[in-house]
Amino acid sequence: MPVNIIADFFTRIFYSIFNVKRHVKLGFYGPPNGGKTTLANKICKDWTGEEIGSVSKVPHETREVQFKEKVDVKFENKKATFKIIDTPGIATKIDYEDFLHYGLNVKEAKKRAKEATRGVIEAIKWLDDMDAVIVVLDSSKNPYTQVNITIIGNLVARKIPVLIAANKIDLRGADIKKIEAAFPEYDVAGISARAGTNMEEFYESLFNLIKKKRGT
Amino acid sequence: MKNNKSVTLQFIPYAEIAYLTSFQRVKKLIDLAMENRVVLIQGRLAPEEEADLIQETMKYIGKSKSSRFKGIELATFMPQTKNLSMMQTIRENFAKSLLGERDVLTIIGPATVVREIKKDPTKIQLLLRK
Repeated sequence: MPVNIIADFFTRIFYSIFNVKRHVKLGFYGPPNGGKTTLANKICKDWTGEEIGSVSKVPHETREVQFKEKVDVKFENKKATFKIIDTPGIATKIDYEDFLHYGLNVKEAKKRAKEATRGVIEAIKWLDDMDAVIVVLDSSKNPYTQVNITIIGNLVARKIPVLIAANKIDLRGADIKKIEAAFPEYDVAGISARAGTNMEEFYESLFNLIKKKRGT
Repeated sequence: MKNNKSVTLQFIPYAEIAYLTSFQRVKKLIDLAMENRVVLIQGRLAPEEEADLIQETMKYIGKSKSSRFKGIELATFMPQTKNLSMMQTIRENFAKSLLGERDVLTIIGPATVVREIKKDPTKIQLLLRK
């Protein structure tokens, strides 16, 4: 891709000449209900005082890509500005009947399913725009799913650095070692975004991640 | 498939998809899933093709009122090659560069037939809907 290389070169020259601060576009990817929005909310709440989106036990609560611009994060003596990009959960199947078990009526369930399919398409389209990505997985679930492999495979193919957040470590049955064994090439941060557990370790891993970000 | 008591696995040899374009490959797999077939492919899709397959799948869900298509189940299965010697690894990579990843198997089935594909490094389980 010589065009991309040239474009990237001139972008870097522009930013260095005018001393413009580039935001790190940080994407949150993963299967539905892994806790992407909960983690994005935790980070946004910690550093801006505001959340990015709503969370729910019903899968596919996030059905559109949502952003929070200019999130300044400080850790020890390091500082970085992020554009937080929370994406809908990626799935290979969406059945409106699954939503009926959560108390939605047929009309609501069909609407949610339709929006969720669009959300998956949108999330995949956004992959190319990320500087770095947090893949958020539920550490109480089997990590050897094709969706996880497909997401990480696509990030590797695009040379986007990846940090795996093994979320929900407070749940019974959570097993970070299983996630580490499934993805041995990646840094895995075990956290509970909801309880705020191990966030220091997470921020340390996040700053290590952005050292590897695309275009640096 | 007239009922869910039996399932036929359609085998697609590597040669049948090797010379298709990415678009044709994805289209072929979607068409087979829409026909309610479970497919066993010799080889695997590139990560970008897997993403395309998911995007295309999403476009077909709930597309027509008569369609019961709810998506797909997808899994790739790779033999363990961790303990290969350096020479075996070089030979393996050389063979892959010439022949493609023929030792990898991919299973794709419609979600209305295949409930779940369970996978760990050494085994794969196809759980079907009743």
